[in-house]
Amino acid sequence: MSTSSETPAAVRGTRLSLVNASLGRPGAPALDSVDLDVAPGEILTVVGPSGCGKSTLLRTLAGLLPALAGTVAQDGSPLAGPAADRALVFQEDSLLPWRTLRANVELPLAIAGTARSERRRQAESWLARVGLAGRERQLPHRVSGGQRQRVQLARALAGAPRAVLMDEPFGALDAQTRAGMQDLLVEVLHGSGATVVFVTHDVDEALFLGDRVALLGAARPDGPDGAAGSGRLLAVREVPRPRERSASDDPARLALRREVLTSLGS
Amino acid sequence: MTRHLVRAASLAAALTAWQLLTSLDVDLWLRFSQFPTVADVARAFGDRLGGDDYWTDLTDSLTRILTGFVLAAVLGVATGLTVARSRLAEDLLGPLLEVVRPIPAIALVPVAILLFPSNEQGIVFITCTAAYFPVLVSTRHAVRALTPVWEEAVRTMGGGRWRVLGSVVLPGALPGIFGGLSVGIGVSWICVISAEMISGQYGVGYRTWQDYTVVDYPGVFVGMVTIGVLGWLTSTAVERAGRWLTRWLPRTEYVATAHLRVPGARGRVLGPRARKAAAAAVPAGTTTPAHPEGVRDEHLV
Repeated sequence: MSTSSETPAAVRGTRLSLVNASLGRPGAPALDSVDLDVAPGEILTVVGPSGCGKSTLLRTLAGLLPALAGTVAQDGSPLAGPAADRALVFQEDSLLPWRTLRANVELPLAIAGTARSERRRQAESWLARVGLAGRERQLPHRVSGGQRQRVQLARALAGAPRAVLMDEPFGALDAQTRAGMQDLLVEVLHGSGATVVFVTHDVDEALFLGDRVALLGAARPDGPDGAAGSGRLLAVREVPRPRERSASDDPARLALRREVLTSLGS
Repeated sequence: MTRHLVRAASLAAALTAWQLLTSLDVDLWLRFSQFPTVADVARAFGDRLGGDDYWTDLTDSLTRILTGFVLAAVLGVATGLTVARSRLAEDLLGPLLEVVRPIPAIALVPVAILLFPSNEQGIVFITCTAAYFPVLVSTRHAVRALTPVWEEAVRTMGGGRWRVLGSVVLPGALPGIFGGLSVGIGVSWICVISAEMISGQYGVGYRTWQDYTVVDYPGVFVGMVTIGVLGWLTSTAVERAGRWLTRWLPRTEYVATAHLRVPGARGRVLGPRARKAAAAAVPAGTTTPAHPEGVRDEHLV
């Protein structure tokens, strides 16, 4: 990690690493022996069938769930609980319903101790960036599901985290809204330099957004310690020409898409 | 407006029936001949309002109930939160609370007499105990029913224990807490009046009982009406405060077609379809002052 340049990516990102890690709740392991390294500023997408431990992986990286075994570290030091440095964007609506959109976005800043006027200014600028200028004083239930997800994104980024963990954030949105959100995400993340781990069940979304894509799958039932229901990391692949819509018919991208679909189907 | 008329008419009808039954000395199976008429009660009321005792009674009762209720609210919310959030607290306090809870507060009069140096403190104690349990129980339930993702969101923003408590648990539990407070203020009145009847000096309950022992029946009714009005005022205040503090709650958007209102005229309960229809009815370029965001609520990504 160089500290010399002005590029925020080099300064802002953080390295997340899992070494031989077992994840899950005690007595109910969800993922076994995961080795994964997410470079600073990288966007890693994670795909896999339902129940293979995608959310567990994210919750562990967020610090909400301690690893059962092995090491989970940020920039080399093991995680000790949740921190503002690693923001989590949930699939379900996690906005506080009694706070206006602005007050929701202000929350991480308030926790960090930012002065009132400054956090108001920043929150308003974030809301404007996600296209919600003029709606600052509305309550979450007054806006649509897609708009709430945008506020969640704004709230996650307002705290200037070095890692953003996203758990199927667009899973509940219709296709058109989802494409708009992906573009917005690329636009907003560009220059923020944050490391991103993005969980999705949509292969095309994973291949569009990710620099690399991680494939999770069920553990082989005859495996050494493959308890029923526990998953494992199958592979991590580089994505050719990430974040280019026109690259969707690139032969290398298509080949990877086939590989991912096959692994999901098995 | 019509609703206010209906309410007033209902009260007036009840009073008229009372006046007729008593002035005509109707004695069927129920005997109204011994009953004071509305006019008697009104006259007694007028006399009392002019005297000092009435106001002393009133302020004494109000002071007792407000002290007891506020104490109960603070203690009930605090214990409810602690018990719901800490397993240790639940194990320590749970059994004790569950055993004390079924005891009617008014049955604690002997305890109050033994414990407290003055009657005044005893009455406040009984009032407080009465309201304490409904507040405690509803707080506990409300805290346990909170959506877990709210707390997780705040924790991943770096929020600690106190931040979670102040930013998630307390505001999130408020709707439930106010349910308990509404019940609590009602029970408090029952207990403050009963306690005053047993051991008070001054107070509406004390006066009502005194009037009964000296066979001043209109006076008894003055007391009853006073209790009724005070109870109604205090519960309305609690209800109002609750609605104001939880005004973020999405209210039921049910609207009967006959009551379809146009935005601008307090159109707060309009359903989505009704809102759209009303918006269409408003000529283009006209602003709808009261609730503009309702009309702007299109599904824009």
